[in-house]
Amino acid sequence: MSTATVQEPTEVAAPEPFWSRQCRLGLALVLIGALAAAVFGALAPSEDARFTLSEDAEGAALSINGQVGAVLFGLLALAAGGAMLAGLARRRSNVLLSLGILAFVLSFLCWQVAGNFMPLVDTTEGTLQLALPLILGALAGVLGERSGVVNVAIEGQFLMGAFAGALVGTMATSVWAGLISAAVGGVIIAAILAVLSIRYLVDQTVVGMVLNLFALGITGFLYERLMQPDAQTYNTPPQMPEWRIPGLADIPVIGPVLFEANLLVWVALALVVAIHFGLSRTRWGLRTRAVGEHPTAADTVGIRVRGLRYLNVLLGGVVAGIGGAYFTLVATGSFTKNMTAGAGFIALAALIFGRYTPFGALGAALFFGFAQKLATYLSAIESPVPSQFLNMLPYLATLIAVAGLVGRVRAPAADGQPYIKS
Amino acid sequence: MTAETNTEAPKKPAPADQESFLSVFTRNLWASNNVLITTLSIVLAVIIGAVLIVVSDADVLAKFVYFTARPSDALNASWTLISEAYADLLKGAFGDPAVFQAWFDGTATWQEAFAPLSETLTYAAPLVFTGLSVALAFRGGLFNIGAQGQAVLGCVVAGAAGFTFGLPIVLNLVVALLAGVIGGALWGFIPGLLKARTGAHEVITTIMLNYTAALFLSWLVIQKGVQAPGRTDAISKSVAESAQLPSPGGILRVHLGILIAVLVTAGVAWLLKRSAFGFEIRAVGANPHAAQTAGISVGRTYVLLMAVAGGLAGLGGATQVLGTAYALTPAVAGNIGFDGLLVALLGRNRPWGTFFAALLFGALRAGGNRIQSYAGISLELVTVLQALIVIFIAAPALVKAIFRLRAARVTGAGTSLAKG
Repeated sequence: MSTATVQEPTEVAAPEPFWSRQCRLGLALVLIGALAAAVFGALAPSEDARFTLSEDAEGAALSINGQVGAVLFGLLALAAGGAMLAGLARRRSNVLLSLGILAFVLSFLCWQVAGNFMPLVDTTEGTLQLALPLILGALAGVLGERSGVVNVAIEGQFLMGAFAGALVGTMATSVWAGLISAAVGGVIIAAILAVLSIRYLVDQTVVGMVLNLFALGITGFLYERLMQPDAQTYNTPPQMPEWRIPGLADIPVIGPVLFEANLLVWVALALVVAIHFGLSRTRWGLRTRAVGEHPTAADTVGIRVRGLRYLNVLLGGVVAGIGGAYFTLVATGSFTKNMTAGAGFIALAALIFGRYTPFGALGAALFFGFAQKLATYLSAIESPVPSQFLNMLPYLATLIAVAGLVGRVRAPAADGQPYIKS
Repeated sequence: MTAETNTEAPKKPAPADQESFLSVFTRNLWASNNVLITTLSIVLAVIIGAVLIVVSDADVLAKFVYFTARPSDALNASWTLISEAYADLLKGAFGDPAVFQAWFDGTATWQEAFAPLSETLTYAAPLVFTGLSVALAFRGGLFNIGAQGQAVLGCVVAGAAGFTFGLPIVLNLVVALLAGVIGGALWGFIPGLLKARTGAHEVITTIMLNYTAALFLSWLVIQKGVQAPGRTDAISKSVAESAQLPSPGGILRVHLGILIAVLVTAGVAWLLKRSAFGFEIRAVGANPHAAQTAGISVGRTYVLLMAVAGGLAGLGGATQVLGTAYALTPAVAGNIGFDGLLVALLGRNRPWGTFFAALLFGALRAGGNRIQSYAGISLELVTVLQALIVIFIAAPALVKAIFRLRAARVTGAGTSLAKG
């Protein structure tokens, strides 16, 4: 048995309506493509937009006239939409969709960057760094939700992880001790979530939200009691070292981003692959999916539903806790109150936008990371586009995705339902 | 995690030979009824809070090092620390006996004596509205995490109306309050509509809308025409005086909002118990399929319910901006939406229960301010206490297990309300 057999019935059931998903998406792409070509093209100054391959304005660069680029890529998006409407490449409609969206983003960039430059290495690196906690948080969500436990406490796990990482990391003056205790911090919140929702059958969303506030309170309290008065002993964690793989690190753009990086980048990417493989190819994965879709059936064939849920939620706690470590051990050198500032919820958005799959979550997290990086870049070049609206993008995209405007997102069938053994 | 903190043996087994009122009362005293669970939840939270206060104090911890040699040192120091902290909490929430004494002696004004109570009511007022918003939605089977976003929108629209229209007195205030309601209702309407039309889960959509609203507010306050003239930081123009909620002034910050809160609570109670719409809400909340079969339009109820819930949260935002803040800032709504969530759970989703839960949270917050300034213990202690209380309330079985309560009719706050 594999994923395909589980999903087949839903695909067969609905007869193709006239306004199929492909038609709607195609039309949407045509519209935004036309919009991009007309508006961005009209607004863009007729100056070169330079995309440098280094971290600054120097060196080789891909260069294009801003106005020409904006119109060209806008038309490309329009063409992709047209192809979808015309029913070309029905099998590859996702490729056309990605192409269209990419062209739209490039058209936007040509307008914004015209007369300026955008360092590609810096942008890619920033995107990956900003996406890191989102990837880990979303993976934690995947682990829980695929086995039927809703985890809205990712934010709380981040905060606990970040706090524990900073505290223990500083006291032990070891970044590895910090990393391990960050994982423990995430597990503490996960354990409360698991016990209350699996054993005591409290509504999972309720527990999750309350735990977020609990984590916010307890880390804030200990921060003000311990860390603020004596930052030197409690709040100067060592930073995670950057490792460079010789050879591979010399590849342009990708090299410095992927192969001259801290451990967390590799951990996150490896976990995406591992969890994807685990879910689709191993006994644990099959059982997890069974428990998440139909716990009663799983129980009947002898799978320990509650045990598996405990295991997965706690594993999720480890992953989210490591994600929390990013904030104190990588991004900044200290803990501050409420430093995650809603990142846990963006991770939740990435999880849903990525359709509860590891690679989907990775893609969504990278997309959201890019939106955030773009927001900082645009405010640095004093663009008229307000950064707040770019920061809204993850939330709005998820809203559109759950509302089924662009392909319905389907959660695991037993997601959020406690299992009561009869 | 708290199972080991307190395991007292049951106190009053009280055998009942004949069923007098007293014997029934004593027999049920230690059974797990709602009042007892609530009380014990608060007790447990206070105990854990005390542990936190001690372990985060370096001076007292140092005395625990030689605990075996002289336990009295450590215990006395801990007791002083804890009792002073909680005494400050009570004084900050309800009033300082010393100040009352001074008032009777004529050395202090009555305003000073009642200032703590005024603070409690000031913090409680917006929480009543956001709490009612969450509670009402809960009764219809919806988990409105979006109270925060709806409150933010309420702040935005009420604030904008407050500094834009310049209407005459009374009218201006009414218009601003209504504007807040409409803003919140609009923000609640969206997830309601999405839920009814596409089945999109309201938990996810409202979380997304919360952050959208917060980002919108932080963009709005730095726009020309909104930002206060001559300021470079993120703060809007002030609300016109005629649009502010009347208040005694001076150190008494309490305003008309708390009276409106009483009226609205009564209104919501009436709506739930006596109106046709309230019946529909409860029917849909109890079983949407049965309600559908009985001829109630579930979709319509969801949309209306979310709009009403949003309107209530929006009113909470409006009281915040018209009653205490008087101007928009990115953090003007504070945490009132999420606190409203806790308030509703603590109040077991009943209108008056929510009202008193909001008063309790207001008292904790007011007391927390005093702890912060007098004992130097972080205000966040209050957040911890609030979250812990609600965790225990939501898991009555946990409290029962800790205190070995006998089984009785248990109504959990959180169980089986919203299906994730």
